[in-house]
Order: sequence, then structure tokens, then C-alpha cells
Amino acid sequence: MAERSFTKQVQLLRLGLGEEFRGEGILAVTKALLQSGVAYVGGYQGAPISHLMDVLTDAEDILTELGVHFEASASEAAAAAMLAASINYPLRGAVTWKSTVGTNVASDALSNLASAGVKGGALIILGEDYGEGASIMQERTHAFAMKSQIWLLDPRPQLDSIVAAVEQGFELSEASNSPVMLMLRIRACHVYGRFVAKDNRRPAFTTAQALAHPQRDYGRIILPPSTYAQEREKIENRLPAAERFIVQRKLNEMLPGTIEDVGIVLQGGLYNNALRALELLGLADVMGTSRLPLYVLNVTYPLVAAEWQRFCKDKRAVLVIEEGQPNYIEQAAGSILRPVDLAVRIVGKEVLPTHGEYTVDVLRAGIRNFTERWAPGARPAAAVPAALPQMSPSVTERLAALVPPRPPGLCTGCPERPFFAAMKLLQRETGPLHISADIGCHSFATLPPFNMGNSIMGYGLGAAAASAFNGAGGGHRAVAIMGDGGFWHNGLTSGIGNSVFNKHDDVTVIVDNGYSAATGGQDIPSSRSANTRRQANNSIVDAVRGVGIKWVKRTRTYDMRQTLRILRAALRTDFKGPKVIVAEGECQLTRQRRIRPANRAAIDRGERVLTQRFGVDPETCTGDHSCIRLSGCPSLTIRKSVDPLREDPVAHVDETCVGCGVCGEIADAAVLCPSFYRADLIFNASRWDSLLCRLRTAVIGFLQRSSEQRLSRDAL
Amino acid sequence: MNERTIKLTIAALGGQGGGVLADWLIEIAEFNDYLVQSTSVPGVAQRTGATIYYLEFFPRAAALLAGHEPVMALVPAAGDVDCVVASELAEAGRAIQRGLVTPGCTTVIASTHRSYSIVEKSALGDGRRDDQQLTDLLRECSKRSILFDMEETAGRHQAVISAVMLGAICGSGVLPFPKASFEQAITRSALSVKTNLSAFEDADRQARAGGAQWTISPAPTVGPVPQQSRTPALQPLLDRVRELPKNAQALALEGVRRMLDYQDRPYAALYLARLERVAVLEHPASGAGALSAATARSLALWMSFEDTMRVAQQKTRGARFARVRAEVRAAPGQPVGITEFMKPRVQEIAGTLPAALGRWLLASPRIGKFVGRWTHGRRIRTDTVCGFLLLYTLAAARRWRRSTLRFRQEDERIGAWLGHIIGLAPDNYEMAVELARAQRLIKGYGETHEKGWRNFCRLVGQVDVLRARADGAQILARLQSAALADEEGAALDLALSDLSAEAVVRSTSSRLDTA
Repeated sequence: MAERSFTKQVQLLRLGLGEEFRGEGILAVTKALLQSGVAYVGGYQGAPISHLMDVLTDAEDILTELGVHFEASASEAAAAAMLAASINYPLRGAVTWKSTVGTNVASDALSNLASAGVKGGALIILGEDYGEGASIMQERTHAFAMKSQIWLLDPRPQLDSIVAAVEQGFELSEASNSPVMLMLRIRACHVYGRFVAKDNRRPAFTTAQALAHPQRDYGRIILPPSTYAQEREKIENRLPAAERFIVQRKLNEMLPGTIEDVGIVLQGGLYNNALRALELLGLADVMGTSRLPLYVLNVTYPLVAAEWQRFCKDKRAVLVIEEGQPNYIEQAAGSILRPVDLAVRIVGKEVLPTHGEYTVDVLRAGIRNFTERWAPGARPAAAVPAALPQMSPSVTERLAALVPPRPPGLCTGCPERPFFAAMKLLQRETGPLHISADIGCHSFATLPPFNMGNSIMGYGLGAAAASAFNGAGGGHRAVAIMGDGGFWHNGLTSGIGNSVFNKHDDVTVIVDNGYSAATGGQDIPSSRSANTRRQANNSIVDAVRGVGIKWVKRTRTYDMRQTLRILRAALRTDFKGPKVIVAEGECQLTRQRRIRPANRAAIDRGERVLTQRFGVDPETCTGDHSCIRLSGCPSLTIRKSVDPLREDPVAHVDETCVGCGVCGEIADAAVLCPSFYRADLIFNASRWDSLLCRLRTAVIGFLQRSSEQRLSRDAL
Repeated sequence: MNERTIKLTIAALGGQGGGVLADWLIEIAEFNDYLVQSTSVPGVAQRTGATIYYLEFFPRAAALLAGHEPVMALVPAAGDVDCVVASELAEAGRAIQRGLVTPGCTTVIASTHRSYSIVEKSALGDGRRDDQQLTDLLRECSKRSILFDMEETAGRHQAVISAVMLGAICGSGVLPFPKASFEQAITRSALSVKTNLSAFEDADRQARAGGAQWTISPAPTVGPVPQQSRTPALQPLLDRVRELPKNAQALALEGVRRMLDYQDRPYAALYLARLERVAVLEHPASGAGALSAATARSLALWMSFEDTMRVAQQKTRGARFARVRAEVRAAPGQPVGITEFMKPRVQEIAGTLPAALGRWLLASPRIGKFVGRWTHGRRIRTDTVCGFLLLYTLAAARRWRRSTLRFRQEDERIGAWLGHIIGLAPDNYEMAVELARAQRLIKGYGETHEKGWRNFCRLVGQVDVLRARADGAQILARLQSAALADEEGAALDLALSDLSAEAVVRSTSSRLDTA
């Protein structure tokens, strides 16, 4: 069960011709796929396109009605390979993932797909995880497009443009026999807006028809001599065909302006922010009419030389707005314009930052620099102040001292917290260990308060990333972390299989929270799910045994003492060979989403329900906060001491506590302090509960009153 | 084109309802025939990090008139945001940091409550930022600020904080939409409508009043020192408190109360006697009696050290039971179970025994090992008669506390510490004050307590080296901060090694001088 449910919104996918669609970018993409007669869809979740996978999952009924095949692929490589169906048959297919990480994983299949070429439209929808909010290394998808000759669409971040790009993407793909990538930046994926819908279309050709009449063409196989022919075909046929289509269908936009001797070339995805920057500089109006001519590249690869030459003719200077690095478009502009001897000056990263997100503020500064040099009269003198409002240094300084950083962390009650707390305690005994971290919620253990993990190499690669340390000695074994998501994605082979085959002696911990949790709680092969559309409940322990692991132990993460015992054993055992610990505990976010409403309903029905939460006695807490340094739970916080003698704040458990039990475990395992208590609250108490409670209260109350009386004899 | 786009940013914490608020605002705007665009950057920040939503509004009629729709940006620009709504005070500060708040144009609507970040929470001492300064800064940097405790308002109505934020937006008048359409959005969401509506109403009212003139509630203080003791037999003690330097009296009164609660009248008298030995060293030049005040506080905390009996006493109080019930919002008569997590080590058990027995236990490894078998985590149900009686009896055993090993240890340590203060005060008063304050390093239980004690000893070890130095007090204060900087003691190691390096330089240069 995914974190966010789109069951209500997917009804928007049924909208017909002329009706207005209002919703999120991701949902609009799905609608566009259905309007395009897509035959099959696949992908792998990851921000910012996780919701696209969630929408597709929630829309499976509608997809089935239309005869669209959908798969939650095992990895991006699996999703990309699925596009092979479009090589031999006129089937339209679309896949999606987070880029560039997912594109890296998929690139083997993508290269082969691009070389073979496609008959049916093949569209790859990429969530470009770049700039603020990104969770990965900062790179561009653009390079993949260039190296494999896959066309790259970067539409304006408005729903109508995005939807048009999906539809045109399929057509471009078919017209040029090449796969097409459609890239959406983080905010575009989450943008709420409108477009006018069309009717959904059933696929014109179905996978069943393909299977009934299989087709084969050796020219599409990746073996010589076909591969040489394919390379020639790419340059001689597919590229020119793509350029023709782009020009004829006007995929790029040329917008005139009143100031004709300069202009701006920009990626379509930056259009809205660039227009706002122009507006703030007095160079455009609210409705998007710019005084500078614009050439909007809704297709950023390939670049069409004829269009560039037309736009740049008679201009003294052109600003290229291209986010990220290297500046491929700016470089290409030189090689397009130089041979035809156009004297236009190409300005790009010399006025704009070489790297980082192009926000409105960044663009405003860059465009101002450009116009000051090349069109000094362009900005209306009396208009808007050109400079960004500057904060005084004293304010900046005060803010730095007053605003604390707020790194993300594990959620309240997260099952991974007790595991990493146990790791912290373990290292108090062993000294620091080399910990090979991985991608997933557990990546947050690299942040405060755990601060552990020496490297992150990629999804599911935690174990493989520790390979070099195998049997190195040094008094310690290396510890590798891997999530259950990464395990099924590739860790089973690249990590576990690899460690068996190479006779590793190290320790790998598979953190099994039951879902692909960091991406939004999607089901994976080992999910304890009743999902009838997928075959879940596949055992991780069986899988690792299947590839040859002999030493494998399971632990419940919430049982910290057991976890510590097993960790110690794995580090100390004389057993030679890879040691695998499966640390189990269900993702608390998902668990609470299931349990809370169920509990509420049961209470309303009058059933006896017991809820638990933790608390801290402020009189016993001395304010040393060692519990917080071991836990970091969002619900474990601090507040002013009730004791007038104590100046430091004391620990406090707020109302968001889900009663996971870690506070008690930590107090035990770390020999912390007796300040924690657990409160068990009984709703709809039985007669026996109430009777017992009254009896106890009577006895305890009597004793409490008598000791209070004794104390009150000493009142000042 | 005279119509302008209205721009609004929501700064929230991941999972705090910023998304719900944005959805409501979209619905309200569309109901009022406005074009609206909304974006967010959830990503990893969704997991408890800082996250922002950005919305733009434009009247549809104006777009129709112009023949096409306006271009809306996906990120807020500095100096171009009409309203910033922050669900938490530090996030409002972060919005200024990001340039979203500009004096001439931005209305800030923010909750004044704090959700402490991990760096603030995990500090060994007090890592909290100064909320009052941050509030002042918000007022200074914005066109208008509406600040009130939205979490408290939400809690009072048992509503979600997004409903309170919506009410504040409505009351601020930054959006040109009638109140009825705001209420309608809440009603249509069909979730906790009644409570959310009343919270909305309350917030709307507070915002219309401009937000409370918010100030930090003062730290808990002891009331004025009374003239007459309620228990006549205690009048002499009270009189002695009243003879102490003025600003030590309130703390000393609290100290005496603490000793009476902790042990008995003679123990309270001992507390005062010890304090008086320090108070006589106040010299008129030092003025306010800083040394007496610092000692009154530290001595009271130290003399009421948290041994097993003290913990048992605190856990069994009637007031504590009532507080637990209030905290979990138990209805009258609703059964509440209370489980305590006790983990006594051999050291704690030995500490509770008579001194000789305790020492014997600690000295013999075999017996220690045997007792160690009983030291696994104990869960005690204080709400049951048996569990309660166990702790109640333990608490009552405090009448024999003076004979326990732990008491002997602490008593000796207190004596030595006071001796140091008394010896130091005539020579270096300021440094004596710092030494009195240094008790705050000894906190917590078990290993945490031992670590604090070791740090304290390292500081005391420097006293003789520093006493002759004019900046001795500052150095001692710096060492205290270093001791509280990290758990591993790295900062203190560094500070101490810097100090000894400095000492070498000093002695060399003074030798050169004399030469």
C-alpha cells in the first residue's frame, strides 16, 4: 500500500474530449499516455516520479479496461528492457524512473534499444532529480540522450505543454524510429494546473496481436554486422527524420520580441521561471509577452541547425539558458553557427552560474548581466529595481545563529531507528567500524544523530561497495547496509551473490521494512502484502540461502538486545564466509496508516482497544539528552524544565508518539535512565478492567495520600 | 495589464500538513474563479525535513480579457512574495534566509511554537535557539507579521495545524476570497470538520486581531520568599534563608524545600549550613551575591542526587500519576497502565546498600557477577499494587539513605567541591562562581553520570593552574562549554591540550623575561 493514494484522483483519467482536467503534473502525464493509445507501461519508483508509479498502480482497473499492460518493474533496467516490445511491433510503450540514477541503471538496455531502433513509439518519462529537493548526485540526463541518440524533450512546465509533449513524443519516436526521453523537473512533476482533455484511446496494435504473429528482423539484433548498419542508420536516416519532424510540427517555439538584435535560447522546462525573471526586470508582462525574442527548446536534443541559424541571424548576441553542466547546448551552438559564419555572440555560463538550479533569482541576475552588456537600453529605466533585494549583513549573521539546520531523518517510530541505535552502541564496544551505506530510508543514518556510513555507491550496492575490504584484517569486519528495496533491485546478485562467490568474510545487514519505503511505500517482492495483482511475500532469507549464504540470522529491530547480540556474533564469529543479518520491522508510516483508522473504527464500535505511548518524567530527567542522541525520533523532543533549579531543557515525548517501544529498549540497552515510562490506555474497558482499575486506584491512592500528608508536615 | 499575480509560500515540516493546506487554497481559489498554480518540493525533505509549497493566483476574468493565461513561475523570487505562511517559527526564519520575506511586500503568518531540530535536541546542555530574537527579526524583516502559537490553537480545538494556518490566512486578508469559501473548503474535505472549523474560526479571529503580541513565557521561578513558615518548627530555617544575599534567597528557599522532600529537616539544615559557609565569602565589591546564588542552585541539585530511592519517590507520587493521565488525555475512570523501565547495574545496587556491604559487593568480582544476573532490564507496572508497593517501599527506605554507599560517595564529593569553592573565592571570586556552576556537568544516570563526573574532575584539576590567572574564570567557563560540546569529550580534550600548550608558552616566555 503506497504512502499516497490516488484512487480518487485516477477518476480524472476517465475525462473525455473537451473536459477540463485539473490536477498534478504526474497525473496529467498518465492521462496523456492513455490519450496516446499506449499499449504497455512500466517503471521503477523514485522521487520525483514515484507518484506516477502510484497513479498507475491505483489506475490498474482503468488500464485493464483499455487493454494497457502495466508492470511495476524490478528495476529501471527491467523497465527499459520492456521497451524491446516496440522494436519489432507497432506497439506504443512508456516507462518511467528517476534520473539520472535510474537512467544509469537502465543504460545497457537503452543503448541497445536506441541502436536497434523502434517501430512503435517508445517513450521514457524521466523525473530529473536536479536542484533543490534532489536526493542524488547532480548530473544531467542530456548526456545519455547524446551518447545513445535518444531524443530529449524538455517541455514547458505547464500541463498543456507536458501533455502535448507526451503525445508528440510518441509520434516523434515513430517518425524517426528512435526512442524518446521526456524529462520533467521536480517541481513540474508536482505542479498543479489545468489542460483540456481528449478521449482515451485503446492501443491500435496490442501485445496479443504481436504474440499471435511474431516478427523477426536480423537487422534489429545487436550483433555485427547489424550494429554497424544501425549506427549508419542513426546518422543517415533517423536523425534527419527527427529534425524534419521537429521543424514541421513546430515542437520548438520561436517567439518574436520588439528588441530584435539580441535574443534568448532556453530549455522549455525553464520557460516559466525565465519569463518571471524577465517580468521582474521589466522585460516581459504578466501574460508572458517578452520584449526580447525567445527560442524555446521543447526538444533539447537533437538541436536543429536550421532553426538556430534562423533565430540567430541578424542578432548581435544570444543568451543560452541551460541548466546544469557541462553546457552541452552552448557548446553545440558554437559548432552549429561557426560553419555558416554567423557573427552572433553566444553568451551562456559567462553570465549564469556554471552549475546548480536556475531559480528565478538566478535567472534574473543572469539576464540582467546579459542585457546590461548587450542591450543596455532594453530595460525601461523607471521600471523595476534591477538588483535583488539584499539582506543586510547583520540580518544574515543573526539568521545564521537563530535558524538551526533541519536535515531529514527517520520518521516517528521508524523500525530502522533501533537498528542504528544498536549499531551506535555496538561501536561503543568495538570502536568505529567501516560501514558501507546504501540508498533508502537507512541513508538518513548518515545524518545526525547517528552519523554513520562511510560511502553510498548506489541503490542495492552497499554490500558490493565493501568488497575491497574483504578479509583485509585490521581487527574488524566491514559492515554493509542494504535495504529490502535495494536487495531486490540488484543487491541479491551484486551484493550477496558476489560475496558468496568471492568468499567474503564480511557482514551485510538487509534492513527489511517491508516496502520500497523511501520512495513512498510501494510493494516489493518481499512485502507482506495481500496485493492480488502481484506475487508478494517472497522470503529474503530463502533468497540469500538460494545464492549460497550459510550464515543468515533474522532479528526484529525493535528488540535491540537481540539485534545487538546478533551483530556482535556476526562480527566475532569464527565462521568463514559472508554473514547476512535480516533486520525486520515494518515501515511505521505504512503501519500507522493501516492501524490508526482501524483502531478508531474499533473504538467507535465499542470494542476494547489498547493504545500505547511513551512519556518522560520531567522530575527524573536531568536534561543530559543522551536518549535523544541515541534515538533522534521526531516525537522525542525537549521542553523547558519544570524544575526551577534546572536550567537545561528536559526530554519530552510529544503527542505524535506511536508507542513503538524504542524509548524503553534504548533505556534498557544503553543503560540510560529511568525517566521513560510507557502508558497503556484502554478504551472501552471491560468490567474486569474497570474493577481492577478501581481496586488498584484505591490502594495506591491511599498510600500516595498518606505519604503526601507526611511531607506536608514540612511546609515552608 | 493591471492585474497582478498573488504569490504565496508555505514553509512547513515534512508530514505537517502543508500539502493539505495547499489543496484547500487551490479549491478556494478555483471556487472564486481564480486561476491557480501550485508546486512543491517534497523529495527527501518529506521525511521530517524542511519543505516548501508555492502557489500563484490570478483572476480568470482578467485572463479571458487578455485572451490567454498568465505565465506562472515554479519558484518564489526574492522580493516578489506577498505572503509566507510558516507552520513553525524556525521555518519562518528559514524563509527570510531564503530571501522570501521582504520588508516592503511580504506578510508573514507564522506559528510561534518551536519544533526543535535534531541539533538543538541532542546538545548535552541547552542547544535551543533564541526564539524571542527570531520573532523580533520576523517583525523587522516583513511588511506585516501575524504571529501566534498555532500548535496550541490546534491542540485546544483538537484540530490539525493546517486548519489553523488556513484561518490565519483568511483573517490576514492577503487573499481576496470571502471567508465563507474558506469554511466551505474545510467542510467539503469531510475530515474532522467540526474541530477543524472551530480551530479555523479561532485562528481567523486571532489573525484579524493582528496575532498576539507574542513573548516568551518566563522560565519557572520560585515565588517570593515568605515571612512566615507554614510549619512553625521550620521558621528558623526560613529566617536563615532570609539572611542570605538577596538574589540567592529564592533559590535557597527552593533548595530547602527540596531537601525536606528529599530527606528530612536535619538535611535541610545541612544544606543551609553549607551554603552559609560560601555566603560569608561574598565581598561587598562582588555585589549581587552571584557566588551564593550559583552555589544555592548547584548545591541543591547535587545534594538531591538521583539515587534509586529518589527515583522511586518521584515515580510513586500522586501528582505524577495525575500528570501521566493528563498527558495521554485519559478520560476520568479510564484505565491507564504505567510501565517503568529500570535497569539497575551492579553499581546502582551496591550504591543502595549500606556502605560497607556495597564496597564489599563492588570489590568481589564473583559476588558482583552473581548479582549481575539480576541486572537485566526491569519493567515495573507502577499502576499495579505489587509494582507500586515495590517502589513505594524503596522510596520509604530513604530514611536509611545516609548509610548507603552512594550517599557517602556523593557527600564526600560535595564536601571536596565546596572546599575548592571556599578556598578559591577570596583569591578569584569570578572563578569560584564558575566552579560553583560546574556542577551542571554531572547529569544523567549510569555511564552518562560517570562520564560527567570524569569531565568535572578534569576541570577541577585545572583550578590550581588557573587560579592565579586574571582570565581564569573565562577559561573555566570555556572548558565547561567544551565539556558540553560533544559526548565523546573531543572538544574538552582539545581545549585542555590547548591550555597546556599555552601554559608551556607562558612559562617559557616568563623565563625569558626574567632572563
